[in-house]
Amino acid sequence: MSTGVTQPTDSSNLPVGGEELAAAEAEAVEAAGPRWWSIIWANRKARVGIVILGLYILLGVFAPWIAPYEGTRTDFEALLEPSAEHWLGTTTSGGDIASQLIWGTRVSLLVGLFGGLFATIIALVVGMISGYFEGTWIDEVLSFVTNVALVVPILPLIITLMAYTEDRSIWFTIFVIAITSWAGAARAKRSQIITLRNRDFVTAAKFSGDRSWTIVFREIMPSMSSLIMAGFFGAATGAVGAEAGLSFLGLGDTSSVSWGTMLYQANQQGALAQGLWIWLFVPGLALAILITAFTFVNFGIDLLSNPHLREDG
Amino acid sequence: MRYFLRRIGFFLATLWAAVTLNFIIPRLQPGDPAEIMFKKLQGRDAELDPAKIEALRAMLGDPAGKNLWEQYWNYLGSLSRGELGLSYTYFPYDVATVIGVALPWTLVLVGTTLLISFVVGTLLGAFAAWRRNTRFDSIVTLGSTFIGTLPAFWLALLILFAFGYVLGWFPTAGGYDASTPGWNAEFIGDAIYHSILPASVLLITGPIGWILGMRNTMIMNLGEDYVRLARAKGVPDTQIALRYAARNALLPSITGLALALGSMLGGQILIEQVFDYPGLGRLTAQAIDNKDYPLLQALLLFTIVGVLLANLIADMLYGILDPRARKAQS
Repeated sequence: MSTGVTQPTDSSNLPVGGEELAAAEAEAVEAAGPRWWSIIWANRKARVGIVILGLYILLGVFAPWIAPYEGTRTDFEALLEPSAEHWLGTTTSGGDIASQLIWGTRVSLLVGLFGGLFATIIALVVGMISGYFEGTWIDEVLSFVTNVALVVPILPLIITLMAYTEDRSIWFTIFVIAITSWAGAARAKRSQIITLRNRDFVTAAKFSGDRSWTIVFREIMPSMSSLIMAGFFGAATGAVGAEAGLSFLGLGDTSSVSWGTMLYQANQQGALAQGLWIWLFVPGLALAILITAFTFVNFGIDLLSNPHLREDG
Repeated sequence: MRYFLRRIGFFLATLWAAVTLNFIIPRLQPGDPAEIMFKKLQGRDAELDPAKIEALRAMLGDPAGKNLWEQYWNYLGSLSRGELGLSYTYFPYDVATVIGVALPWTLVLVGTTLLISFVVGTLLGAFAAWRRNTRFDSIVTLGSTFIGTLPAFWLALLILFAFGYVLGWFPTAGGYDASTPGWNAEFIGDAIYHSILPASVLLITGPIGWILGMRNTMIMNLGEDYVRLARAKGVPDTQIALRYAARNALLPSITGLALALGSMLGGQILIEQVFDYPGLGRLTAQAIDNKDYPLLQALLLFTIVGVLLANLIADMLYGILDPRARKAQS
């Protein structure tokens, strides 16, 4: 992830990878079965990722009880050194850094969860339908839309969409990120369903009179669950990075504090020139650790879809 | 031939979609877009230049013409004449001039670092795949994964803080100091001195994508039958690595490089903002701050056209370099 936001385009230039994965996946599904959790947990990196993610979730959910103050409060004395009252000190405008950090966890997790979820849902619907009807006009239309979404540069588009809105809520950010970042995953899903579509179990479902909709989403979709999971964590990582970048440009949610907003304020209010390194350091560190956790969890999910990796440890 | 026609067709269709999208975005809000923008701008600075209102109307394809179709035709018309409206931030310059001033900065900084990143990343990735599961491979892979998790703009902030402010080795903002821009040694030296910090961030984060991408494709290629055949025939190792596997693994990277070169026209928005570097990225950030919609839309269009053109070129190259692509698509 170079800037967080450009990442989805990077992963999309591997059209061949999708099909390779698909073949490996199909083998894995039969082998993995209900053992998926133990396979992931057995991997050290994945375990670390899950534990960190769990801690972040606790921090986000219980933010009102853990954080000493409201994240949006700015009525403290400015530029206090770290102390018992202000664990990490205060900002130039009198905000409590520790509280902002803890409340910021909530924003990032929400963006990751729902941004990832919505992008994955769009990718699934578009990719699966397009792949199942490969060669028909439905596929032509959906593939065209996917290809357009794939080549259009994401960050400038998101920025332009966001810049036109005055009152930005966190949900608007999530919405804009999701509708702009699904295309790579949709293409991967399309190529995978094309390899799965002629398997015996699909033919059997066809003969037993199931409708296309049922076949696509009830028969085929469960057999690619690990690819979907990997896609979700990839999209979540992208969404978290995108939110931070947007907030850093001053395009964040106007009513709450996120890590990106903290960095925006730190940069705008001269934290660098004044040597306020804590203010500068902690939000980015929190972000980097969360993204590391996502990456580690995805290592575990890769083990499900690619049994060869398991032997390597 | 059919392959190439299809690619050109896709390019034209996408171009149309992008241009239309650019037309629709300002109109997504309910109400007259021009009026809404006037209100927003008036909230910011009370005395609004009537010429600016004209500029806004021009950008929107004159909404006073009421009919949406007429607006659309007006918009397409002025676009085809290259009229993108006037910038509010740098009034009374038109948007194209403002972009023209920032463009060379981005082209030099982002272009140079991108090409270096591509070469270094591809070589490292290929070598890591060739020496798979060795110490070199794990250092390269783990290192890239680790740096990849760091938000690039945060890394930029830390580097600026350490080398610009604490140590004071490098300038903290801008593209040049007192020298006059032009082809003189003083200015060029000054510009290079100012670009070292932003370039270092781009060179740290840049190669990662190429390393991991190249390593993956190369590993896949090394498992192919033709590599096995070459081994069985007794082709020397270096030749298998370079002439067989790496050469083929380079194909997907070419598309990636073309797309990256195209999206370069958007500038490195976050990085340029951190270092206050006078390229297209900072221009975008300024346009956001000043609600300079004509500039913002022109920048978006500029980037999109750049990416689409680059994509077209990549597809053409691909068609020439890889016969499979031609067959699969026709």
